[in-house]
Amino acid sequence: MSLLRVSHVSARYPGAATPVLEDISFDIGANQLVVALGPSGSGKTSLLNLIAGFVTPSAGTITLDGRPVTGPGADRGVVFQEDALLPWLDVLGNVAFGLQLHGVAEDERERRARQSLADVGLAGFERRRIWQLSGGQKQRVGIARALAADPQALLLDEPFGALDAFTREQVQELLLTVWRRAAKPVFLITHDIEEAVFLATDLILLGARPGRIVERIPLDFGRRYADGQASARAIKSDPAFIATREHVLKRVFAGQLDDGRPDDSQAPAGQTEGVAA
Amino acid sequence: MSSPLTTTADEATGAGAGAGAGATRNARVTAATPGATASATDTVTARAAAAEAGGPPRLRLRAWRTGTISAVTLGTLVVIWAAVTGLGLIEPLFLPSPWEVATRLVTLTTEGYVDATLGQHLAASLQRIALALVGAVIFAIPVGIAIGRSRIAQGIFDPLIEFYRPVPPLAYLPLIVIWFGIGELSKVLLIYLAIFAPVAIATANGVRQVDPSRIRAAQSLGATPWQQLRYVILPSALPDILTGLRIGLGVGWSTLVASELVAATRGLGFMVQSAGQFLATDVVVAGILVIAVVAFALELGLRWLQRRLVPWHGQAH
Repeated sequence: MSLLRVSHVSARYPGAATPVLEDISFDIGANQLVVALGPSGSGKTSLLNLIAGFVTPSAGTITLDGRPVTGPGADRGVVFQEDALLPWLDVLGNVAFGLQLHGVAEDERERRARQSLADVGLAGFERRRIWQLSGGQKQRVGIARALAADPQALLLDEPFGALDAFTREQVQELLLTVWRRAAKPVFLITHDIEEAVFLATDLILLGARPGRIVERIPLDFGRRYADGQASARAIKSDPAFIATREHVLKRVFAGQLDDGRPDDSQAPAGQTEGVAA
Repeated sequence: MSSPLTTTADEATGAGAGAGAGATRNARVTAATPGATASATDTVTARAAAAEAGGPPRLRLRAWRTGTISAVTLGTLVVIWAAVTGLGLIEPLFLPSPWEVATRLVTLTTEGYVDATLGQHLAASLQRIALALVGAVIFAIPVGIAIGRSRIAQGIFDPLIEFYRPVPPLAYLPLIVIWFGIGELSKVLLIYLAIFAPVAIATANGVRQVDPSRIRAAQSLGATPWQQLRYVILPSALPDILTGLRIGLGVGWSTLVASELVAATRGLGFMVQSAGQFLATDVVVAGILVIAVVAFALELGLRWLQRRLVPWHGQAH
C-alpha cells in the first residue's frame, strides 16, 4: 500500500520575508483523496510543486513509500492545470509518452496506453490530434497519461479550473471512479469549494501568508459517489453536503480576513462567489 | 445530454459570424467544448457542417480576389514594360523589351553566358546557399538552444551575434577574403554568417518560450534532461526554428550577389555582375528575374515544409 507523507515541510522563496508554506504535515494513504483548498497566496500550488519535486522544501521532508522525494520522478504522476500535452503526438502517443521514455516496447506501450484511455472514457480517440479535443477531453488525456506510467501516487494541479461547469462535474466524477479503481494516494489542489468538498476524503484548508493548515476535515461524499451509493446530484443536494460547504466557505473567509482584508464578518455575497469561482 | 442541441446552435452562430477561418475555428472549438460527452462523429459532423455553412467559401473567394489583384498588377507591369520598350521610349541599353529578355533567357539556358549555362550558374549559386544552410543548421540550432537554455551561453553568444548581425555582409566581405582567400570557402562563409544569426535568434526564442508545464510534465514522467530536449524542447521550438530558417534563407539568398563579387566564375550573382560590366542589360534583367523566382520558390518550399512539419502551429490547442 502506497503512502505519501509530508512532514514539517516549509518553503520560502529566496529573499522573501514570510515563507510560502510553514510547517505542513499530512499523510495520504492508498485509499485517500486529499484535497488542499485555499485562497490565492495560501501556497497550494507550491505544496503540489514540492510533492511533485519541481521545488525543494527549505525544511522538512516528503516521502513516498518511505523513499524521500528529491526531484520530479515517474513515481508521482502529475495532471496539470493547462493540458501540457504534446501537440505533435496524437492522443495515443501522448498517453504512451511516459512509457516510451522508459523504453517500454512499442506494442506493450500501445496496449497500456489504449487501456489507460479506455479507463478515462476515451476509447476510440487514439488517433485524434490534440487540437481536435475539447478542454474536458484534454484533461482526460492528461489523467490517462499520468496513469499509463503506473505511478505510485497521482497529483492534480487545479485540473478542472478551466472547464465549464457541466464538463467539470463529469471529469470530477471520472476522477473519483479512476481513484477508486487505482487505489493510489491522490492529492488535488483547487480553489473551488464545492469541488473540494465533493472530491475529498480528507480536506485540508490552507490559510494565507504564510501558507499553513488551518483545518483538516474528514469527508466521505466522494467515497459515497465512488462506491455507487448515491448520484453526484443527490450528494450535492444532501443537507450534510451543503452544511459542510457553508462551513468551509466560512473558514476560507476567516483565512482571508487574516490576510489583511477589511474586517467584515458579514461577508457580502459577491465576495463569496469570488472565492468559489 | 445537451450536446447535440448546443453544438448546432454554436455552429450556426459561429458560421453566421462568418469571419473566415477564425470563425470556423471558433465554431469548432465551441462545438467541441461540451464534447466530453459528444462522440467522435458529433465533432466531425459539426466541423463538416460548419465548413458548408459559409466560412470557408468566403475565405476562398477572398483568396482568389487577392490572387487576381496580384496577377492583374503583374500583367499591367509587363504590358507597360512592353509598351515603353516597344514604342522606343526607353533605349534597349537601359531596358530591353520583355521579348528580348525572354529570348535571352532561352539562349542563356542553351548557350549560356561567360562559359556557363544558366543552369550551371544556378547550380553554383544553389550549391553555395545549400552548403551555407547545412552549416547554419548544424551550428546555429545548437547555439540557439544553448542561448535559450543557459544564461552563460546567452552571455557568451548574444553580444557576438548582436555585434555582427546589423553589419552589412559587403562590409565584412573584404575581411573574410583576407582571412580565408578568394576561394569557395569565403563565399559560403559569407552566406553562412548571414543565415546563422536569424536561425540562432529564432531558435533561442522558440526554446525560451517552451511552455514550462510541458517540461514539467516530461520530468514527472521521468524524462532525462536529454529526453526533455529531444522530445519536448526541440519539437516545441520547431515552428520558430523553421521561421528562422525561412528568414535566414531569404537573407542568405540576398547575400549571394555580394558573395559572388570576388573571384567567382559561376553563379547567378556573378552572371548579373559581369553582364552589368558589359552593359548586357538583357542578361542583367534575366538574371534578376531568375534570382527573384528562385527566392520565391524557396520561400514557398519552406512554407510548405512548415505546414507539413508543424501542423499544430496556429491551431487552438
